[in-house]
Amino acid sequence: MKAEEFLDLLAAAGYNFFTGVPCSIIGDLILLLEKDPRIPYVPAVREDVAVGLAAGAYLGGKTPCVLMQNSGLGQCLNALTSLNLIYKIPSLLIVTWRGYKDKDAPEHLVMGKACTKLMDCIGLPYRELSTKNVAKSIEWSREMTSQRQIPVALFLPRGVLE
Amino acid sequence: MKTTAVLKTIMGTLREELVVAANGRVSREAFTLKDRPQNFYMIGSMGLASSIALGLALARPQRKVVILDGDGNVLMNLGGLPQIGELLPPNLVHIVIDNETYGSTGSQATISRKIPLEKIAQASGYPVVEKVTEEKDFKLTLERCLEKEGPSFLLVKVEAEEGPEGLPRVNHSPVVIRDRFMEAIRRS
Repeated sequence: MKAEEFLDLLAAAGYNFFTGVPCSIIGDLILLLEKDPRIPYVPAVREDVAVGLAAGAYLGGKTPCVLMQNSGLGQCLNALTSLNLIYKIPSLLIVTWRGYKDKDAPEHLVMGKACTKLMDCIGLPYRELSTKNVAKSIEWSREMTSQRQIPVALFLPRGVLE
Repeated sequence: MKTTAVLKTIMGTLREELVVAANGRVSREAFTLKDRPQNFYMIGSMGLASSIALGLALARPQRKVVILDGDGNVLMNLGGLPQIGELLPPNLVHIVIDNETYGSTGSQATISRKIPLEKIAQASGYPVVEKVTEEKDFKLTLERCLEKEGPSFLLVKVEAEEGPEGLPRVNHSPVVIRDRFMEAIRRS
């Protein structure tokens, strides 16, 4: 799928406040967001700051989406557990999956194995994106965030976006 | 200056402003002095009061948003300052009550006893930066920061005191804090 198409699906689902920290897997997507007049994108200094920004935007009435690499997920655990999950503040987290199936640079391998288990540990729902399920997964994220009012993660391995 | 006196002046001066209060003493004092739906008490996620408030200020540009922060919180997320300085939301007022200690855990030192937070704010791009060390100057400086086009940064140096054990904890559940805060935003 092209980054343009992916962004259109997110916008059509109602996500209207974007923030995050780049990863090469979503490099083009973030470049598009930077230029898109429809949707604000705030480049965050760190992943948990992005989660905080998204939480504030939600309180102000927005439907936020946070973009990050899975290496930043550990950084977010305190924000997710002691802010989002207890106040019931939803966000869509699009988390690129470095270290997917053990194939990557050494710094990504441990988190590549652990990232979905971390989500299980803290009780945060997630799905793995593939070329076939993007639209359905984005739809699922909207249903989950509005029903349960907690963040959900979509893990994005390399190759789903062109 | 004492923390309680400073927060009493702040809570007595605020009108319709939305407040994001940092965890620990700041939230407990604000709750005790003047509990109001426009207060978002951040009970966890230390460091993130400024980020939550920034997201809110961007989502609600017509509303004044006040951060009640502490030195420990600011130091934990120093990147939060240039994050605000780069975007320059005019409706944001960042008040830092600096007692140079982690007050809630037994007054262990923070590094703000040597590191001037107001200079970091200045370098981070806040167009208005004030530092107050005397109680007599506080109210006027606060009013100036609330009126001016921001973002403004107001550092208030206070005495380190005994921990907040005597202060009640915020007794609303997090979901109740969220619901009444969002309701207060919607109503306005």
